Amino acid sequence: MIYEPSPIAVVVFAIFVAITLGLSIYLARQARTTAGYYAAGGQIPWFVNGIAFAGDYLSAASFLGICGMISFYGYDGFLYSIGYLAGWVVALFVIAEPLKRLGRYTFADALDKQFDSRGIKLVGGISALVVSLFYLIPQMVGAGVLIRPLLGLPHSAGVVLVGAVVMTIVATAGMASTTYVQFLKGSLLLIFSAALTVMILHRGLTADAAAELSAPQSVTITADGRKLVNGLPQKKGNKRSELHAVGHISRLPGGVTSTGPLGPIEFLATIRESEIVLWSSKKTTDAGGTTTLYEPRPTPGADILRPGNSPTFKGIKEASTPSKLNFLSLMLALFCGTASLPHILIRYYTVRDAAAARKSTVVGIGAIGSFYVLTLYLGLGAMTSGSVDVSNSNMSAPLLAKGFGALPFALISAVAFTTVLGTVSGLIVAASGAVVHDILGGFLRHSMTDHDKVRIGKIVAIVVGIVAVGLGIVFEQMNVSFLVGWAFSVAASANLPALVMLLFWKGTTRQGIVASVAVGMLASLAWILLSGETFKDVYGLPPESSPVPFSQPGIVTIPLSFLVLVLVSLATRRGPANGSPLRTSATT
Amino acid sequence: MVDFNHGNSPADEARDEVGAQFNARLGLVLFAVYLLVYGAYVIVNAFWPALMDKVPFAGLNVAIISGLGLIVGAFVLALIYVRLCRSLRKDRP
Repeated sequence: MIYEPSPIAVVVFAIFVAITLGLSIYLARQARTTAGYYAAGGQIPWFVNGIAFAGDYLSAASFLGICGMISFYGYDGFLYSIGYLAGWVVALFVIAEPLKRLGRYTFADALDKQFDSRGIKLVGGISALVVSLFYLIPQMVGAGVLIRPLLGLPHSAGVVLVGAVVMTIVATAGMASTTYVQFLKGSLLLIFSAALTVMILHRGLTADAAAELSAPQSVTITADGRKLVNGLPQKKGNKRSELHAVGHISRLPGGVTSTGPLGPIEFLATIRESEIVLWSSKKTTDAGGTTTLYEPRPTPGADILRPGNSPTFKGIKEASTPSKLNFLSLMLALFCGTASLPHILIRYYTVRDAAAARKSTVVGIGAIGSFYVLTLYLGLGAMTSGSVDVSNSNMSAPLLAKGFGALPFALISAVAFTTVLGTVSGLIVAASGAVVHDILGGFLRHSMTDHDKVRIGKIVAIVVGIVAVGLGIVFEQMNVSFLVGWAFSVAASANLPALVMLLFWKGTTRQGIVASVAVGMLASLAWILLSGETFKDVYGLPPESSPVPFSQPGIVTIPLSFLVLVLVSLATRRGPANGSPLRTSATT
Repeated sequence: MVDFNHGNSPADEARDEVGAQFNARLGLVLFAVYLLVYGAYVIVNAFWPALMDKVPFAGLNVAIISGLGLIVGAFVLALIYVRLCRSLRKDRP
């Protein structure tokens, strides 16, 4: 689709960015010490921290990716919501309190508390860096997606703009400014998503059988690089040579054409009884170029509100064991991944004590859970109101808001942009802490003053930001929710087994931890790089030539990481000297 | 009411082994409860997806009811956990 910039959107966007930067500059004085820069001095109030958890966690993947996936495929996008939220149970019940008592600035701090091992600091730091970079990719892709309809700039310009703003936020005030940007973003995201949901329910559902809504569309990239839309050169202002937004109801229950306002349960029940036109795409290549044909696919609402509609999950409706394993693997990774994400874990260091860590997690679960319920309505609202760009699933939420007018569109787009800023800031702080605190200070034993740690941390933040910008441009075409699924797999495989076993098994040794983190990280990365999805989307090779049977590694690599830890620990134990599990030994 | 007061220094917390063990056990029990429910949901989705299409009430199918239930259930268990957790300094026996 061709997107035109909206003046009101530009003004709202500029106000949001100005507030964000102003906040960072105001808070800069709190970031002059290491504790201030990496942990906001441990003085963030628990409620603010709880909403900041939501601001940190509800990334572009949650807002753009899940809404987009629901609008394209229905319930399958909601499966991500459920998995993401379930992961917080692990974070609260298993990880929050001991992590707060054991660590200071980074995830590796907690792992290394008992051992003072350079090896643990190195693998913990590298793991945090890798997971943060993996998680950064979809955020930057999301930034590029947003900036196109908002400012009319190309994808790469959006990525560069986000990179520049985030580097400024992190380089000025580190975790303090990051926390308050996340608090602001979490609050706004919830408020505006709730408002949009109320508008969707108030508008109700309308059936439209107009033939032009169901006309197939095509995009051809010719051998000489030209782009043809519906067989014509793409051109602004010519409707025939532009992709148009799709998604409508072809039949409502009882043969009515409009329902009027609906309650939240009634809305879902009505969708289930309706027929909705979804769209499928098919790519063909010949001597003239590559053509993607988009065709309408009338689908019963009952099929949309059950799992198995998307390419990712369609296998669960078939008798295919690899597809079922792929699904189980993803849901396991989402469940285990949240409590292993470095940028989430470091937020436990920004509050005063374990009680505040628990309470802030509960606030976070309430806010995040509420948002995920709203995503179901936002996604289905986009699906049924002509708000779907067939060529890009990440655009559904902003296009949905556009259907309600220029101001809602401007506000939702600006909030979504702030969403990216908040999450990217947290990721860059986590990556910077891993490099400076774990690798430079811990592993290399590089002597640094407090001032040096902050200064080098800011330089590293800028470098990580530049790398993230490059990755965001390279991975433009991938669904952001899918990319985040991979980040969760790496985090869950590399970090969670070591953290859990350290807390609950007294036989854990430092060698076991090092081996577990290294094997979990390398095995999950290797699996992802060899998966059919990577073959298809990154290498441009047929997915059938992939040597691994399914794309999501978690169901293999998480148990493998546990197993390696146990075997290596048993092989390297030296009698009872390793003591008791850290949950109790931390008290000595 | 859920106790949302502040008050413990990290040093106090580090000394309270009994409270930490109680909280850890409580967390593990609640974690096990949620794991069972989540595991059942995932396994039914993977191996008996047709069950998700049944409509028990209000025109909503099992997929929607169980999905929303898992989200609300996580929040309810979290509130129970915070309510029952011992404050690491003052609740020591």
